[in-house]
Amino acid sequence: MSRTVADTEEVIRTAGLTKIFPGGVQAVDHLDLSLRNGEIFGLLGPNGAGKTTTVGMLTSMVIPTEGNAVVGGVDVTVHPALAKQAIGVVPQTNTLDRSLTVAENLYFHGRFFGMSARDAKAEAHRLLEKFWLADRASAEVLALSGGMAQRLMVARAVMHRPAILFLDEPTAGLDPQSRIALWEILKELHGEGQTILLTTHYMEEADQLCDRVAIMDHGRILALDTPGALKRGVGADTIVTVSAEGGLDELARLLEARVPGATRATRVDSTVQLGVSGSQGVLPAVISAAEQGGFTVTDLSLAEPTLETVFINLTGKELRD
Amino acid sequence: MATATSTTTTEDATGALTTARRSTVTASGTAFRALLLRDFTVLRKTLNEFLPRTILQPFLLVFVFTYVFPKIGQGVGGGGGPAAQSAFATLLVAGVVGITILFQGIQSVALPMVQEFGYTKEIEDRVLAPLPVSLVALAKVTSGAIQGLIAALLVFPIAAVVPANDVHLSFNWPVVLTLVPLACVASSALGLTFGTRFEPRTVPMMFGVIIIPITFLGCVYYSWTALGPIKVWGFSWLKWLVLVNPLVYMSEGFRGAFTTANHMSLAVVYLALAGFAALFLYLGINGFKKRVLS
Repeated sequence: MSRTVADTEEVIRTAGLTKIFPGGVQAVDHLDLSLRNGEIFGLLGPNGAGKTTTVGMLTSMVIPTEGNAVVGGVDVTVHPALAKQAIGVVPQTNTLDRSLTVAENLYFHGRFFGMSARDAKAEAHRLLEKFWLADRASAEVLALSGGMAQRLMVARAVMHRPAILFLDEPTAGLDPQSRIALWEILKELHGEGQTILLTTHYMEEADQLCDRVAIMDHGRILALDTPGALKRGVGADTIVTVSAEGGLDELARLLEARVPGATRATRVDSTVQLGVSGSQGVLPAVISAAEQGGFTVTDLSLAEPTLETVFINLTGKELRD
Repeated sequence: MATATSTTTTEDATGALTTARRSTVTASGTAFRALLLRDFTVLRKTLNEFLPRTILQPFLLVFVFTYVFPKIGQGVGGGGGPAAQSAFATLLVAGVVGITILFQGIQSVALPMVQEFGYTKEIEDRVLAPLPVSLVALAKVTSGAIQGLIAALLVFPIAAVVPANDVHLSFNWPVVLTLVPLACVASSALGLTFGTRFEPRTVPMMFGVIIIPITFLGCVYYSWTALGPIKVWGFSWLKWLVLVNPLVYMSEGFRGAFTTANHMSLAVVYLALAGFAALFLYLGINGFKKRVLS
């Protein structure tokens, strides 16, 4: 991707951003984040990692306990109303206005953001075409399928041409087809230069869509880089998942020591995940190492490292728990 | 919060897709008007719900108390011959307008808000509009107050025409033109307060424990000055107890505004309604902020 001067400009910068909810739950813990203009940035982490709270603070809905966030050049905590001009939000739940039709949802959103009646109407029309919703313009929003409702929420969020578009778990609960359709839309918006921050607990989504991914757990960023660099950082080109009977922690130590090219073995639930560089002859090596140690291997599979592997290496647990 | 900050330097930095940043004051004004426009578009689309829910209750009240009872010669509003019946009808007109405005605050503000906060979260998009959150709440109060005004205009002719005997109207226009809007704002703000504090599950309780007592003890069917004889140990307890009820001041104030009936001092009415409006606005806006911000 060619970078112009504007591409290196920061659209979001947070410093020590922290949220402790009443009752003492620390949802976000001293977050330092910087988003460049035009990138798709992913916050990847399991439920409860603090992703939604982070988006809440960046969009003025959650008041930080500490630290600050500058979005589109405006300090969100100090000037929330001004900052809201620069942001578009697709929340986790369907928040479409049920009293209005599909087209009216876009029209009034445009009016809230100062568009003239004429511009709002024209832009609503254009977006409905673009998001394959034109034939539903005068439908009630309750009549939309999950995928359509989600597309309409994205259309609404970009209606006022925000500097940054936030999507909180945009494809959670969507069927695979709608998910792919939404990915296409996000790629198209990205191609037009839209800066996007999305949260997800689907590693494929972060991998496929994002220029950079921050892996988050317990309110902290554990790693931040391009998906490719994160995966390379694992240090293995193959991940062997081993199911076996017996003490798996012992098996993990054994495999790490005896399998040629082994980088790291981690026990994950009832399996051992072994990173290996150079997959030539790895399966026989794993089986013989296990058998020599007195283990019976019941299942074995090979895969390339994914962001899930990165997450497991960082936390010792799976993303989807 | 509503500071006008110009950000001409940052708008270039965030790229071509950003619309030119406007001052918060300009943006808030436009957004506020658009929020009202949204509410009135919804009202226009749902007139078939608005009209019956607004008209039916006051119509039945007036119909039963001032038409049916006199015709069948029954007690309330029917006894004492045409002169007394006419006096009762006159008394009731003001109360009916008051109750209509109060209900509008509940129906057009509280109930939709309970639903939006409770299940649908629809309000979120409006909260993200580029204006301070307190102004989003204030826009809701404004649209509720205007709906209350429309409701009062619809109901007034019914209250004046349906009774079997003459209603003695005598408009004190300065009072009408100030007190009716004040009552509308107080009722709408009351709706905001309730809307931010009740959950869908507790709405039946809101009606049973709060709204019903407010209407029955709101001096709708009787005048406040007439409550004196209800005494315990020489103390007119009911007359003083009902003073916590905002509807009392609406009913009594409207008696002074539209009719020749006896009524409470208008100075007290204005003071109390302004106080209630301020209190409910404060509670309502704070409640709203608490519900949307965390």
